[in-house]
Amino acid sequence: MVEEIGTTEQGDLIINVGPQHPATHGVLHLVITLNGETVKKVEPHLGYIHRSIEKMCESLSYRQFIYSTSRMDYLSSHINNHGCALAVEKALQLEVPGRAQVIRVLMDELTRIASHVLWWGAMAMDIGAFTPFFHAFREREMINDIMEETCGARLTMNYMVPGGVMFDLHPNFYGRVKAFIRQFHKKLPEYDELVTGNTIFRSRTRGVGVLSKEDAISYGCSGPTARASGVDCDIRKLFPYEGYGKLQFEQPLATEGDTYDRYMVRMHEMRQSLSILEQLIDNIPEGDFQAKTKAVLKLPKGEFYSRVETARGEFGVYIVSEGGTTPYRIKYRSPGFSNLSALDHVVRGQKIGDLVAIMGSFDLVIPDIDR
Amino acid sequence: MFLKEYISDITGAVGSLLKGMRRTGYYFLHRGEAITQQYPDNRDHMGLPERFRGEVVMPHNEQNEHRCTGCTACELACPNGTIKVVTKFEVNAEGKRKKAVDRFIYHLELCTMCNLCIEACPTDAIKMAQHFEHSVYDRSQLTKILNRPESKLQDGVE
Repeated sequence: MVEEIGTTEQGDLIINVGPQHPATHGVLHLVITLNGETVKKVEPHLGYIHRSIEKMCESLSYRQFIYSTSRMDYLSSHINNHGCALAVEKALQLEVPGRAQVIRVLMDELTRIASHVLWWGAMAMDIGAFTPFFHAFREREMINDIMEETCGARLTMNYMVPGGVMFDLHPNFYGRVKAFIRQFHKKLPEYDELVTGNTIFRSRTRGVGVLSKEDAISYGCSGPTARASGVDCDIRKLFPYEGYGKLQFEQPLATEGDTYDRYMVRMHEMRQSLSILEQLIDNIPEGDFQAKTKAVLKLPKGEFYSRVETARGEFGVYIVSEGGTTPYRIKYRSPGFSNLSALDHVVRGQKIGDLVAIMGSFDLVIPDIDR
Repeated sequence: MFLKEYISDITGAVGSLLKGMRRTGYYFLHRGEAITQQYPDNRDHMGLPERFRGEVVMPHNEQNEHRCTGCTACELACPNGTIKVVTKFEVNAEGKRKKAVDRFIYHLELCTMCNLCIEACPTDAIKMAQHFEHSVYDRSQLTKILNRPESKLQDGVE
C-alpha cells in the first residue's frame, strides 16, 4: 500500500493530483513523489470511472454493444464504433457498400479533427493560455453541428451499425462540410499564430518530457504520442481499412519525442485529415448506405480482432464468440491506457510545473483508460 | 554575449505575445464574428435538426390512434431495458382474440438515445422527439407511458 500523503524516509514529499483536479481532464488520480520541485515518481491510480463496459458487453447483442464504446473515448466515439462494427463485419464476412465506406471515413476524419481541435485548446489552457480554448470550440462547434444533423447526436452518435451506417447523409451535409473545410483552412494559421509561434509556449515545451523511440515501443504507445518519437504506427497506413489505402495522405513523424513534437504531430495530423476530407467530399459514390443484414446477428464460433486508428492511437476490439447472439468475451485495447503507462517514465526528473504540460501533450481521455 | 541573448529573448517573447494579442484584439473589434448563442433566450427560434434524438415518443393521430402493435421488437432491441411493453388481448369485431399494447412504459432516465428501438420498429410506431430539457424534480416523473389513455391501434397496421 502506498502512502498517499506525507513525506518519505528520504524526505521526499508525496502529494496527490486529482481525482478532482482541472488539469487531469477527468478523474485521474496521480500520486506524485517530489524532491523539491523535481518529480521523482508518478503513480496513476485508476478506477474512479470504471463502468465495466467489457463485462456489460457480454450480455448485449452484436447490434447493441456498439453504443457503449462511445462512452469510452468520448472524443473519438465515431472511430470506436467503427472498430466494433469492423470486428462484427469481419466475423460475418459482410461486404460494406462503397457509399457507406466513404461516409464512415468522412465521419472518422471529422471526428479526428474535432478531437485534435479540442485537445489543442485544452493543451494551451494547461500551459496557461486561456483564449485558444474558445477558438478551438468555435471550429469544433461546426463539426458538432454536422454530426447533430446527420447522426442525430453531438457526442455519442452510435452512427455505425454492422453493415454500414444508420442513416443516409443529410442533404445539408455536403454544403456544411465544404464550409467547414473553407473555414478550417482559414483558421489553422490563426492557431499557429496564437500558440505555435509563441515564445513562452516553445520554451515550455521544447526538450520537456522526452519519450525515446525505444521507450515508446516498449510501453506500447500508439497514435500521435508514439509518432512524435518516430515510431511508424498509423493503422490507417499499416493495415488499411475502409479504403484508406486508396487515399493520399501523409503520416506525420517527428524525431525528438518531446512535448513540442507531440504538439506538432497533432497539428500536422489535422491538416492531413483536412486533405482526406477534401479528397472524399466530392467523390461520395451513390448507392446503399447499409448492407442487408439479418435482424438477429449470430457470429460464427471463433475469435475476431479488428483495429482502427482513433485520435489517440490504436483501438482494438477482440471478440470471442461461442456461436450465439451475444459475445462470450470482449476485450478493448484502448490507446489511452498504454500512453498513460509511459507517463511515469517521461515525467521522472522533470519539474512539477511541466507535469501538466506533458500530460496535456499525451492527450489522455480518462474514460478510455478506465473502462 | 549573454546580455545580447537575454535582450533578444525578451524582445522575441514580447513580439510573439503581441502577435497573439493582435488576434485577440481582432475578435474584440469584430463582434459580428462571435458565434455565441444566448441559449435560454433564443429557445423559440433555436431549431434543432429533425434527426436530433431527445426522447422517444409515440405519435397519435386526431382519432387518438397509434401504430404500435405490441410486438416488443423495441424492447428486445434496447440495450439497457429502457422500454417495457405490457400487452393485453383484445377481442376484435370478428370475435378473434388479438394481441395489443396495454401500456408502453418508457424509462427516460435509463435511455441512452441510441436509436436502436426506432430502427427495430416494424410499423414506425415510435420516433425520436427533439425535446431535450428533461430536468424534473422527482425521478419518478421520468418514467412515462407513451400510449395515451383510451388510444387504439390505427386501422390497417399489422
